[in-house]
Amino acid sequence: MTWWHRIFDFSDYGALFALLHNSVIAAAILGVVCGLISTFVMMRDLPFAVHGISELSFAGAAAALLAGIDVALGSILGSIVAALIIGLLGVRARERNSIIGVVMPFGLGLGVLFLALYQGRTANKFGALIGQIVAVDSVQLGYLIWTSVVVVIALVIMWRPLVFASTDPEAAAARGVPVRLLSPLFMLVLGLAVAMSVQAVGALLVLSVICTPAAAAMRVTASPVLVPVLSVAFATVSTVGGVLVALGADGIPISPYITTISFAIYAVCRTIGRVRAQRGWSRRAAVTR
Amino acid sequence: MSAALELRHAALGYGSRRLWHDLDLSVAPGEFLAVLGANGSGKTSLLRAVLGLQPLTSGAVLVGGRPAHRGSPLIGYVPQQRPLDPFTPLRARDVVGQGIDGHRWGVGSLRGARRADRRRRVDEVLAEVGASEYAHLPVGLLSGGEQQRVRIGQALATDPALLLCDEPLLSLDLNHQAAVTELIDRRRRERDTAVVFVTHEINPVLPFADRVLYLAEGRFRIGTVDEVMTSSTLSALYGRPVDVVRIGDRVVVAGVPDLHAHHDAAVAP
Repeated sequence: MTWWHRIFDFSDYGALFALLHNSVIAAAILGVVCGLISTFVMMRDLPFAVHGISELSFAGAAAALLAGIDVALGSILGSIVAALIIGLLGVRARERNSIIGVVMPFGLGLGVLFLALYQGRTANKFGALIGQIVAVDSVQLGYLIWTSVVVVIALVIMWRPLVFASTDPEAAAARGVPVRLLSPLFMLVLGLAVAMSVQAVGALLVLSVICTPAAAAMRVTASPVLVPVLSVAFATVSTVGGVLVALGADGIPISPYITTISFAIYAVCRTIGRVRAQRGWSRRAAVTR
Repeated sequence: MSAALELRHAALGYGSRRLWHDLDLSVAPGEFLAVLGANGSGKTSLLRAVLGLQPLTSGAVLVGGRPAHRGSPLIGYVPQQRPLDPFTPLRARDVVGQGIDGHRWGVGSLRGARRADRRRRVDEVLAEVGASEYAHLPVGLLSGGEQQRVRIGQALATDPALLLCDEPLLSLDLNHQAAVTELIDRRRRERDTAVVFVTHEINPVLPFADRVLYLAEGRFRIGTVDEVMTSSTLSALYGRPVDVVRIGDRVVVAGVPDLHAHHDAAVAP
């Protein structure tokens, strides 16, 4: 069973942990940010947009690699360009999906081209596709921290009007919420969050930290306070848990550990939600005093 | 007492197209005004102008004696019933709460006296609209009629002097239509809230409407149901023969194909 030991191996754990404590910190930050933003991604029905943004983020990272500039910066630029295109051209859901469907393969194609032209180490090549949270150095950690501070502050400021605009845009506009302004603003913030996640788990797997956590939370609660709290908890358990379990793995990227934990949480929540729907939620007498 | 809503020489249009002009209208506190007209006659645009979301081409809109502005707490707005996603992360009471502070920046106070005040107000409103029983249920799991009660609760959360309803009965069955209309009628009788009720069908609001504003082909008529809902008035408005027949306690309008096309289109999924 040698493949098993390649996937799980906890000898020399202490020494490895000391080497990788940056990764654990990065994973925790990522969990908090993604858990929060995930709530709005689900409310606004944007999972496909997240996927589109992440592919362009990958193209940005590949371009940066080729140009010899900072990969994280390239990734952020790619994300923001994608978020702006989707935010400005795709106001309605139907339009949005076709814009994403058109832009995403183009971005991905560019990324493939840039990678093919790149002459450096092959390990760098796939970083932006499958993630490189193991290789987080202090500079990248700095990027991550600053981006998350911006994202979290922006979300906290926008919170109530964004929830209102996301759940009932007409009533929100009538109440004075600047619905049209919030939409591109949120896309920008989403772009930043996606760029961070691309660095960590890779463009292909971003959805597991930006879609799955809130999707799982919404299966077990409808409380607007509990959804983000649970979503952050789920995302953090997935990212930090993924890093910790993967520490001892031999040559296997961390992303499959993160995605598997995330998926398992979703599966459990879905089951709980189904049981609850059959018993508690539909029985109204229990709610009255 | 000043009018709850007043329009003076109001005109609205988009580009070269004029929806209506020279509209003078005064809605008294506690009055129920039904706004009727075919699709595209400018009913919803009228509401948007009152909400401050759509500037008038000329004229003025006054709400409670002051110029209309965005987000006025004097106005409650009840949108069309559209089914909510079953996984919308809001309970019925949260939807009502949005009417109180959903437009404010930030996350809101998590504890303290303010939170207690807010909770009390939400409970009050839920009781007023008869939604206490399902206050804690996810709003996405409620029936269309129940969701609409909760939306009315949201509109009443700031204790408005004017209630704007934009086709609130659409896609509801007859029982729920009656329940929702009675709820709105009770509110204006008990609290003197003026009601502007946009609808494409007069019958559900026939027993309640004090006056009717009928918009058609850039023209309009204001008056009681008996004055406006007649063959001669509607024929004059549309510029072609329209028949209005009273059958029992219902009013049936024939000869306005657009009206019924709109009705069918609105009901289809």
